[in-house]
Amino acid sequence: MTPTVSPPVSPAAPPHGLSRAQLHEMYYFMRLTRSLEERLVNLYRQTKVIGGLFRSLGQEADSVGSAYALDRGQGDFLSPLIRNLGSMLVQGATPLEILRQYMAKAESPTRGRELNIHYGDLERGFIGQISHLGDMVPVMAGVALSFKMRKQPRVGMVYVGDGAMSTGTFHEGINFAAVQRLPMVIICENNGYSFSTPMHKQTAVRQLVDKAAAYGIPGVRADGNDVLAVYGATKPAVERARQGGGCTLIELVTYRRKGHAEHDNQSYQSTGEIAEWEAKDPIDRCIRDYVEAGWATVEELAEIDARILALLDDAVGHCEDEPMPAAGTALDGVLADPARAELEWYRRIDG
Amino acid sequence: MAEVTYLEALRQGMMEEMRRDENVFILGEDVGAYGGAFKVTDGFLAEFGERRVIDTPISEAAIVGAAAGAAHMGLRPVAEMQFIDFISCAYDMLTNYVATARYRAGLPTPMVVRGPSGGYVRGGPFHSQNPEAAFLHTPGLKIVCPATARDAKGLIKSAIRDDDPVLYFEHKFLYRRIKEDLPEGEEILTPIGKARVAREGRDLTIITWSAMVYKALEAAERLEKEDGLSVEVLDLRTLLPMDDEAIMASVKKTSRVLIAHEDTRTGGVAGEITARINDQAFEWLDAPVKRVTAHDVPLPYAPTLEDFVLPQTDDLVVAARWLAAY
Repeated sequence: MTPTVSPPVSPAAPPHGLSRAQLHEMYYFMRLTRSLEERLVNLYRQTKVIGGLFRSLGQEADSVGSAYALDRGQGDFLSPLIRNLGSMLVQGATPLEILRQYMAKAESPTRGRELNIHYGDLERGFIGQISHLGDMVPVMAGVALSFKMRKQPRVGMVYVGDGAMSTGTFHEGINFAAVQRLPMVIICENNGYSFSTPMHKQTAVRQLVDKAAAYGIPGVRADGNDVLAVYGATKPAVERARQGGGCTLIELVTYRRKGHAEHDNQSYQSTGEIAEWEAKDPIDRCIRDYVEAGWATVEELAEIDARILALLDDAVGHCEDEPMPAAGTALDGVLADPARAELEWYRRIDG
Repeated sequence: MAEVTYLEALRQGMMEEMRRDENVFILGEDVGAYGGAFKVTDGFLAEFGERRVIDTPISEAAIVGAAAGAAHMGLRPVAEMQFIDFISCAYDMLTNYVATARYRAGLPTPMVVRGPSGGYVRGGPFHSQNPEAAFLHTPGLKIVCPATARDAKGLIKSAIRDDDPVLYFEHKFLYRRIKEDLPEGEEILTPIGKARVAREGRDLTIITWSAMVYKALEAAERLEKEDGLSVEVLDLRTLLPMDDEAIMASVKKTSRVLIAHEDTRTGGVAGEITARINDQAFEWLDAPVKRVTAHDVPLPYAPTLEDFVLPQTDDLVVAARWLAAY
């Protein structure tokens, strides 16, 4: 949907010191996230996606705006959760990798060992999550601890949701990071639901950001559907962390418009609620804001959309028919020592 | 030559590695100013400073998780569990995150989690545990359990240098009871994955590790004197990866095997060793493989109860006689 708006006569400067090109790049990553997921839906319906498919429809702005506040040139790190595909794309993950992961291809980053966006790359600065919510908080605290110990001006960012904040590892990790004044930013993506459980059954606090007080760290809350507001809330926290000011908890308020996964019929979400948030779609909003302010033209954004579709056509064409990994490759790489443990004898039944 | 305790040997090993490699650091509860609940890290804060000797909150999952994150970045953390009983609080981080990191994500995770394990110290249910069986089932971890001062030192040094996560279960009963001459200046590196023949024998093998090695040696002495039996004692030293070669070599030599461990019986490590012998050397056996273990109860506090529940030298002697007569 492209709203009909008129550009101003003389555009104001973009906020937060961002350039026009950067604004366009943020739009690019949001659109790439959505279009890639739409492509995955097609592949899922063709049963080419092996496992579940987890959408971030309506949440693209919080992922992209927060990750965009990191400085890849300085070696900043992040660890996403399942609805932060956009953050990974910002950090350098490619659509081809994501497609291969979902389709369990031999050439996928994890060689078919892990699902969906569960993968990482130390070179590009992202660490794949595991399914145990909250566990990446202590892990990212350890990454940030290494930055502090080596006096490197680098920052670690870790994502949790409204559900992950109920876990013990979240508490232990954020508390450890706060006590150690680690260069870390904890992004809470509050999308209203963890699977079917609404926030009021998850916690008794009124706002998740209130939990920051319990750890003695600053808490910031922003509109997660406004990519510039997300960036504006995150950037100062990243820079404060980089300068030794410790960690920050940021709550980004958004909404999960699809089910927990593609198989979920969302019976517990009212259609009115979903429609209400559809009207607040972060990509539509971005287009409207950019065009109204004169930071982009409708034609420029349409050109980006076309570029993304071509990129995705190419990526899908490249990997759709690739093979899955050979069965025997399941055995190596458990330990650094490449010994293929015990295969020699435990299946031998003929003496 | 200097006579050092098991605890001092462990301490020396960690200190040598921290001096050798700037990337090695320690973290845990009360490890800094206090020097650890058992004083294993006494003096570390003074020498290495707060940057490399980190007192943490009471958060075993955070200790292990942060160690993993730091290890990914090229550091070599040594995380202390104040008592190894509390490692269960980090079970999720160890089994789901740490152990799988290399396999699923190619993430190097060179880290050590160590702590005082074991009973015979009137510690009750939560200061006496032997958690090795809980982790033996997890691909991606290594488990070492030193019995001697030399191995306490040699295994911590090898564990710190290992490129995979290593669980180092030291035995608190041995801390100050075991002493050994360790030459100053000698680089002791006990290889991970290699068992040690603690006593040569021909008639029967006792396979064991950690503090049970001493009970096995006592039993072997008595069996030699009283029964004229020649008993071999195999100290496994590493449980994961298990030294099948050493186990089978001893089975083929004596054909009678007794497995002794301090942990409870059901689902214990002895069951796995028995299965391996069954798979690899069944035809060499002259008798069923026999187990001597703790009874299947939480470990009680009263000396009368603890001594009854934990395996004693007498239990080993009785089982060995049964095996020899089979």
